[in-house]
Amino acid sequence: MNLLLLIIIPFLTAVVILTAKDFKQSRSIALVGASIQLVLAFFLLNQYQAAKALVQTEAFVFEQSFEWFPSLGIQFLIGVDGISIAMILLTALVVVAGILVSFTMEELHKEFFFLLILLSLGAYGFFISLDIFTLFFFLEVAVIPKFLLIGIWGSGAKQKSAMKLALMLMGGSALIMVGLIGLYYFSNETGNRSFNMLVLAQYPISYAAQLVFFPFLFAGFGVFTALFPFHTWVPDGHSSAPTAASMFLAGISMKLGGYGCLRVATYLMPDAAVHYAPIIITLASIAIIYGAFATLMQTDLKYINAYSSISHCGFVILGIGMLNKTAIVGAVMQMVSHGLMTALFFAAIGMMYQRTHTRLVSQLGGLLKVMPFISSVFVIAGLCSLGLPGFSGFVSEMTVFVGAWQNPNFWYRLATILACASIVVTAVYILRAAGSSVMGPITQKNFLHLTDAQWNEKLAAIVLLSGIVIIGIAPFLLTDLLSSSTDVLVEKIINTF
Amino acid sequence: MQNTNLVLLTLASPLLAFLLLGIFGSSSNWLKKGAGIIGTLLMAVSFFFASQLSLAYFLNQTPNHTQQILFSYTWLQFGSGLSIDMGALLDATSAMMLLVVTFISLMVHVFSLGYMHNDERFASYYAYLGLFTFSMLGLVISANIFQIYMFWELVGVSSFLLIGYYFNKQSAVAAAKKAFIVTRFADLGFLIGILTLGYYGESFDFLTLIGRLSDVQSPQFAAIGVASFAGISALTWGLLLVFMGGAGKSAMFPLHIWLPDAMEGPTPVSALIHAATMVVAGVFLVARLFPIFAIAAPHTLDIIAYIGIFSALFAALIACTQTDIKRVLAYSTMSQIGFMMFALGVSGYGAENGAGFSASLFHLFTHAFFKSLLFLGAGAIIHYVHSNEMEDMGGLRKHMPITHISFLIACLAISGIPPFAGFFSKEAILHAAYQSNPAIYYMALFTSFLTAFYMFRLYFSIFWSTQKAAQDNAHGEGTWSMKIPLILLAIASVLFGFIPFSEYVSTDGKPIATHLDVLFSIAPVTLGVLGILLAKQLYQKASVKPQKIALALGSAYGFVKNKFYIDEVYQYITKKMLFAWVARPAAWIDKNIIDGFYLLLAQLTQFSSVYIKGIQSGKVQAYAMYFFAGILSLASLLFYVLK
Amino acid sequence: MTPVGLPHILLLSTALFFIGMFGFFTRRNLITMLMSLELMLNSVNINFVAFNKYLYPQNLSGVFFVIFIITIAAAEAAVAIAIIINLFRSSDSIDVTDAEEMKF
Repeated sequence: MNLLLLIIIPFLTAVVILTAKDFKQSRSIALVGASIQLVLAFFLLNQYQAAKALVQTEAFVFEQSFEWFPSLGIQFLIGVDGISIAMILLTALVVVAGILVSFTMEELHKEFFFLLILLSLGAYGFFISLDIFTLFFFLEVAVIPKFLLIGIWGSGAKQKSAMKLALMLMGGSALIMVGLIGLYYFSNETGNRSFNMLVLAQYPISYAAQLVFFPFLFAGFGVFTALFPFHTWVPDGHSSAPTAASMFLAGISMKLGGYGCLRVATYLMPDAAVHYAPIIITLASIAIIYGAFATLMQTDLKYINAYSSISHCGFVILGIGMLNKTAIVGAVMQMVSHGLMTALFFAAIGMMYQRTHTRLVSQLGGLLKVMPFISSVFVIAGLCSLGLPGFSGFVSEMTVFVGAWQNPNFWYRLATILACASIVVTAVYILRAAGSSVMGPITQKNFLHLTDAQWNEKLAAIVLLSGIVIIGIAPFLLTDLLSSSTDVLVEKIINTF
Repeated sequence: MQNTNLVLLTLASPLLAFLLLGIFGSSSNWLKKGAGIIGTLLMAVSFFFASQLSLAYFLNQTPNHTQQILFSYTWLQFGSGLSIDMGALLDATSAMMLLVVTFISLMVHVFSLGYMHNDERFASYYAYLGLFTFSMLGLVISANIFQIYMFWELVGVSSFLLIGYYFNKQSAVAAAKKAFIVTRFADLGFLIGILTLGYYGESFDFLTLIGRLSDVQSPQFAAIGVASFAGISALTWGLLLVFMGGAGKSAMFPLHIWLPDAMEGPTPVSALIHAATMVVAGVFLVARLFPIFAIAAPHTLDIIAYIGIFSALFAALIACTQTDIKRVLAYSTMSQIGFMMFALGVSGYGAENGAGFSASLFHLFTHAFFKSLLFLGAGAIIHYVHSNEMEDMGGLRKHMPITHISFLIACLAISGIPPFAGFFSKEAILHAAYQSNPAIYYMALFTSFLTAFYMFRLYFSIFWSTQKAAQDNAHGEGTWSMKIPLILLAIASVLFGFIPFSEYVSTDGKPIATHLDVLFSIAPVTLGVLGILLAKQLYQKASVKPQKIALALGSAYGFVKNKFYIDEVYQYITKKMLFAWVARPAAWIDKNIIDGFYLLLAQLTQFSSVYIKGIQSGKVQAYAMYFFAGILSLASLLFYVLK
Repeated sequence: MTPVGLPHILLLSTALFFIGMFGFFTRRNLITMLMSLELMLNSVNINFVAFNKYLYPQNLSGVFFVIFIITIAAAEAAVAIAIIINLFRSSDSIDVTDAEEMKF
């Protein structure tokens, strides 16, 4: 399959949206584009499995390469493996759901959908890039729309949040840039320097250089995935963003960071990853437990979900930091699972907010009676978040735990226990939020006249839910996809021990 | 193959009920009306298959009862050779549990037809019941310790949903949250225990794990014995942590605080979940891993025994002071589970040594029937009186004859009066305790006296005493759908004690001959009768004697009535310590220190920009000055420094 | 009495340059500033001529430069005065401190 389609279709969609005459047109164009992309993603999965059945050894398939800046050795190199396909599927699902929940919009609709599609274009490009320069290019493509989406269509202190988010992410990008240049410069000191990931993986840069540049790359991508202490853009950014943008932000954008930490930092600099693993694990377990406790004190539903995202993304970092196959598979599963779950959560919160005009837990109550569908979705997202079996959260967290427990080092065990303990705290805040916002007596009279979800909102929830439930019930589908691709990653690491 | 299909069908029918009623129940009117019938029929199907399976297992395989893996499917493969395999393990314990769970669940389904009749969310109710039954069945047939953990969590969440069923009642929501969070905390221990056992045992499969860890020769046993933390071996840690999970689910002290509050749920639910099935999951879990406990780490069994007997006594004391009938029953459940736990704790492995194990599961078996009977009876009473408080009841024996008789049978059974079911199982437990640990035996004896006393306190206050005015009730004792389960369960409570249980269920699958020592039985039965007579004396007619006694006991009575202030201790730890000293500072640090750092960076940037921009003043002469100064400094640099 | 040598002339031109510079920095009237600028240019001219005469009498490049500078200075004066007039038209003043919109 031609991977270029994955970026051509969003591009065409974005261009066509600009010609739309009214809101209905622009939203249908966006929806059609996103749906085509979803179909394409499943087709890609199918093709990938067929290709894998033929050739067992190749790590990446459907590779294509174009010279971009030949004098500098920069290529436009794309290709996919199991991990990127999982992320592409996640992106496609979240984009469709995100567009489905944005069916009411007062102003600047064309621009809104244009930016959403542009953001997804960045994400798709990011996940298929095999050249780290191209990868960085797409990362930046995905950052800028966020600033506009929050700044223009957001709520609350939107300018401040948009600025904070954009500046912190740009800061992260700057760190990444330093790391990339380091990788490039030390890649082949005799000339013929390269940004090509495959080459860089085959001939890693020197140990000393790795030690210097690994922290830049890991922290840079860490900013995107809310690594403690670079996470403070998350609560403000998520809570000010419009619903679809929150979904994209938490569902896709934070995953760019996790993917980068794994695919770029750890894959290309395995020795440094081993060296820095204790620090990574410490930060991750702090993020997990501290994010969970900070969530307890939040009163705004979006803040609750944003802080819980910090805690959940800690599992991703923890899995990567443990550097064994099980934990890394768990980290990728957690990325997919968290992406779907948090998007569902934000969708439910958005639907509730649209009707009740409040997101404060103390002002909500008894919504299960007036809008059973939305409330059930909210509760299900919560249950997934607290790791209930049958949903994706459980399998991914358990995989991380089992992987993390494989290391008999006392401190690693302690970090794992702390991470496990967070699932209790998660239960506390999720149940507090669900207990007082959707259960309990109805707090305001005007809630009685509220209506339940429209067809589009139901469809959005079902799209995300089906992903969550399928992974939860049949996790072997996902692990089979990831298994061989993580082997390639882990091989590098084991070699260094 | 035959058995595999039976197991799958047993599990599939409640799951089907859940999916059907849960997804379409709210939208289709037809389903909403027929939800009860559909749920009950599917449950009956499930019971039918389960009984076929269990009876075939017990009747055909003699004399040794083997453990069979019916099927196993690799569900989640971890990289390190570990995997979660979904499977079904059929042995005497799980076959017995299948029977109990499906039967009680069927009874509760039938009972609820009448009890929940006019409820608005009838379909959701039956959907949740289906989910619970499915999860509980999955739990008992689990072949993998991770599989049991998954179903463990699922029963937890269905319990949450059912306790919080009346979700517009604040107290119900609070109770549901409490139940879920306390058991979740216990499950944290369970999870870490699983990870530890799995890591050293190099498998999550029960049979493999048991085979390796109870074999002193195996390399895994050596590894887990060598690894230690804080001077205690990893094996002990693992087993104790697994037991912590069991103690949470089974409401053992000090993780029991959720059980009394869980009575906020509909009464049939309490009968199913919080009396007969879910709460005994902890006992089941210990029984499942029993060979490891008994062979590899017998000292952990001592801990289990002491926790069990302490919980039994502790709960019995509290039960004597409670006035809400469901709470009395809840504490009595906790007390009876304590009996089961310590019976496991005093047991050994193999042949006659394993008498305690058989006794424990025997008690689990009989208790399921008479305790769910008590709860369903209480449900019928509450349905009639519209109150949970004992003082609103009295003299009901004429109005509710069937309930009265069945309740009496259940009370006699739980008090251990022959020939009712509870007598046999309790005798077996006491016998095992007597032979192993006399201290525990005497405490258990005292507890069974208390049991008889508080059960008959309940019985006399409800059915005798004086009649209260507010009881004129048009709808009578209740529909037949409510009476039939009571009758069936009452029959079970009378007859099932005669089953020679230990011939079927024992530690190593080899039957143990049952024996009834009449001389041994004298003491417990006498104490039971004494308890009943005391209760009769105090409560048969309304009098001030109980109050006088309570006054005489003074603050000791208040201390027990307030449940030893355990709830308050928990409140203090969570609200005053975790919230005030961990969560609040974490949120504060995040907002002020970490985010403050980034804000500081931003402000520094702004601050320096204000200063730097002052240089660009718009004054031409100032610019010229900078220009000349620049030239001058460059020139001097060139001439004097760089030469 | 010693003949006038290069040092004298350089002294003169330096004095002239710094007088011009002082005027340029301190005067607020734009015309005066322009005149100060002319002084500086002329001091440079003197330098050129002097160096040409004393150091490289066989060459004429210094003189050429001077002529060049005079021409440029004339053009520059014209442009500057045009700017000043426009400034006066727009802000009714030829005070340099009044013309400081171009900041920050």
